[in-house]
Amino acid sequence: MIVYTLKRLALALVVAVIVSLVSFMLIRVSGDPAIALAGEASSAEQIQHIREQYGFDRPLLVQYLDWSWRALQGDFGESPYFRLPVSQIMGDRIGVTMTLGGCSLAFAVLLSLPLGILAAVHPNTWVDRLALAIAVLGQAMPSFWFGLIMIIFFSVTLRWLPVSGTGSWRHFVMPTIALGYYATPAFMRLIRSGMIEVLSSDYIRTARAKGLRWPKILFKHALRNAIIPVVSLAAVQFGFMLGGSIIIESVFALHGIGYLAWESIGRSDLPVVQAIVLMLSLIYVVLTLLSDILNAVLDPRIRVK
Amino acid sequence: MGLILEVEGLHVDLPLPAGRLQAVRNVGFEVSQGETLSLVGESGCGKSLTALALMDLLPPRAIRRAGKLVFEGRELSGAAEDAMAQLRGDRMAMIFQEPMTSLNPCYTIGNQLVEAYLQHRRASEREARERAVFLLETVGITAAGSRLKQFPHQLSGGLRQRIMIAMGLMCGPSLIIADEPTTALDVTIQAQILALLADLQREFRMGLILITHDLGVVARVAHRLCVMYCGQVVETGTTKEVFARPLHPYTQGLLRCIPVPGRVEPGSELGSIPGLVPTPIGVLKGCTFRNRCPKGRPECAVENPHLREIGPNRALRCLDALAAAA
Amino acid sequence: MEVVFPSPQQIMRRAMLHHKGFLMGLSVIIVVTLLTILAPVLATHDPYAQDLGQRLIPPVWQEKGTWDHPLGTDNLGRDYLSRLIYGSRVSLLIGLSVMLIAGLIGTTLGLLAGYFGGKMDMFVSFLVTVRLALPAVLVAVAVVSLIGGSTRIVILVLGLLVWDRFAVVVRASTQQIRPLEYVAAAKSAGCSTFRILAQEMLPNLMNNLIVVATLEVARAILLEAALSFLGMGVQPPTPSWGLMISEGKEFMLFYPYLITIPGVALFLLLLGFNLLGDGIRDVTAPEGR
Repeated sequence: MIVYTLKRLALALVVAVIVSLVSFMLIRVSGDPAIALAGEASSAEQIQHIREQYGFDRPLLVQYLDWSWRALQGDFGESPYFRLPVSQIMGDRIGVTMTLGGCSLAFAVLLSLPLGILAAVHPNTWVDRLALAIAVLGQAMPSFWFGLIMIIFFSVTLRWLPVSGTGSWRHFVMPTIALGYYATPAFMRLIRSGMIEVLSSDYIRTARAKGLRWPKILFKHALRNAIIPVVSLAAVQFGFMLGGSIIIESVFALHGIGYLAWESIGRSDLPVVQAIVLMLSLIYVVLTLLSDILNAVLDPRIRVK
Repeated sequence: MGLILEVEGLHVDLPLPAGRLQAVRNVGFEVSQGETLSLVGESGCGKSLTALALMDLLPPRAIRRAGKLVFEGRELSGAAEDAMAQLRGDRMAMIFQEPMTSLNPCYTIGNQLVEAYLQHRRASEREARERAVFLLETVGITAAGSRLKQFPHQLSGGLRQRIMIAMGLMCGPSLIIADEPTTALDVTIQAQILALLADLQREFRMGLILITHDLGVVARVAHRLCVMYCGQVVETGTTKEVFARPLHPYTQGLLRCIPVPGRVEPGSELGSIPGLVPTPIGVLKGCTFRNRCPKGRPECAVENPHLREIGPNRALRCLDALAAAA
Repeated sequence: MEVVFPSPQQIMRRAMLHHKGFLMGLSVIIVVTLLTILAPVLATHDPYAQDLGQRLIPPVWQEKGTWDHPLGTDNLGRDYLSRLIYGSRVSLLIGLSVMLIAGLIGTTLGLLAGYFGGKMDMFVSFLVTVRLALPAVLVAVAVVSLIGGSTRIVILVLGLLVWDRFAVVVRASTQQIRPLEYVAAAKSAGCSTFRILAQEMLPNLMNNLIVVATLEVARAILLEAALSFLGMGVQPPTPSWGLMISEGKEFMLFYPYLITIPGVALFLLLLGFNLLGDGIRDVTAPEGR
């Protein structure tokens, strides 16, 4: 278990380094960052000034090492737009995005778990078709459009929920549904197919041959095995949700990381963009690392070696 | 000897896209206390489905019909799932072919053994553990106490099968159904497991239904046997009689396929049965073995042979053999 | 006793013709394809022609709607139906091109990883992990905004970003096929590695590949719409459905049709590709649902 964890950790570290390199290079290869920062209309002198101020005239490797070394210490530089440290700006916003991501994940799992299990236990019945319909519609529904439609219906027509902002839990209801529903199909399909596979396995037959009743067979023997891949999916989906928050947050004007990224891209606030790409990537790396370790705890075949 | 199980007119159908597959047709047999009955046949002859049908563990799409299914004096052919669940694991237990996949990989051996006991007995966790240790020792597992904490993937196939047997014995059943219990194991382990089953069956005076395609296994442990072909019983009798005087051409063919010291000359060729088992879909007319039968008669294509008693505990389903006997 | 079993092709064809989702998806895609081909004939107006005197005319089923603009006009007085029809071109063009680029990258990587295994496999798995760690929408938005948005840039950026599923699926299926006898047979017959990959492996991956490709077209269309919605994809005045929703957003409280119409169109097209992909999977590999 310890060896496994260490190996997995080493891999995560390598991925993290590459990811940081990519998020660094992203800005450099897409154009001259000095021009982007200074603005198209600025003079050659101004651009040169920016270039020196931000150290863009140094060799790329030096720039990267400098940037990543500072990033490691939590220093992502200063935002030219806010005139504030990037880490401070992000610290103010991350809570909203994490809340949104957590709620959306909970929404997706709480919706797909019972439906997926019911669909697996009663294949080709109305429950199964309902689960399938929810999955198919969720795959095809553009989340930003779904969000707008909800605003028209729940905020404007029915006046139940606030249109935008972060003041109370009610502000999070629609963003959670819009973002969570997008992830639901993947969970539903995985739980359904996993349960169907497990339910037809030999050890479920053994459990029945012992005289166990359905609830115990389902929740003790089947679900434990079917849930293992779901843990990995949850980590991956949470990462995707944080990345996808850029769309939902801009629809609902939720002032989280995604909204910040969108605004910063619009105003060429490169240090912020870079830091957000890096941070979301690192969160994903950490999440998948945790899910692999959690998987090892759940599945003795990985754990006991 | 008291009768434990009486089966008559057992059918299992599997609806397939191509039609209704009549996997088990009109099968009947009896098992008494302390008796080993073997169901023998090629793979796909319906012997495993017969076993699953007895415990009502068939796959969901399979349809079971039974004229009579009496276990310990209770009619089970229309029994509710709850009544069946009460019997399973308590009065009747089953051992499966694949010890590698028949144990839940997520739980320890101890957990899975104890669970079988606590499902049917009011007992403490500790009592159940003691019972589990006792039975693991009975099935010949050393260091039984520490095995309880292990997971299935840490054990070999032979050990796992012993654990499956111990699990079946947890509540002291009167009938054990063993479905090809040795097929997936190494040859050396096979003999040990068979001997173990036979010993336990004697010791606890259980009825044992042993399902196998291996006549060598039958010869060693079974008191009586039912030879099955294409979903039907074609010949029954005591092991001694059938081996000494096989009457059905299929049984004769099967016996020619195994080397028996003394009967088969060294260096001579072993027999084989030409042709393939037909798929029993649609209306079945005539004897299903006729295409592969060396003694086929014209009437075999028209007439469905019945299972005829030709002596005490001896029955046969063949027009030719019956005509010869008459 | 004689039973005639239908051939696999017959079974597959029969299954397809009885698969409601597959038929629905196929019909949607046929309709949209016809729209894109016949756009110049079907569109009643120039999709770019502004007419400020004709602003925000509601669709024909609402009060004040006219048959001259069956789906109304937008805030610049452009005919919404014509823009919708031309918008299908953008969606299909981007969806298919991105799928082709991503498919080429992903399939190559997946084949190499699955066939050679070992270090190559580790390397490709590593690439996939890195790719998945990067937030796709955010990276695409950032790059497009820095380079400048155009249909070509969007295609290229998305194509370079969404090859992961191709790689994963092709790798897994290649690993399944590789140990099979016919591959060994080709090897022992002296076929070159390239020939084995291209002629022996690839055709046997086709079923899986078609399923992924169909679903990936949907993903690419969705991503394009999202980028355009954020203003970092296809640039105005190009009629992209995502852009139409974005432009209609400002007016949606009083003129909801501005977002419902392109949204429904987008939803239907995505539904079509998803149903088609799921249908093909159900028919070719029913266990993979």
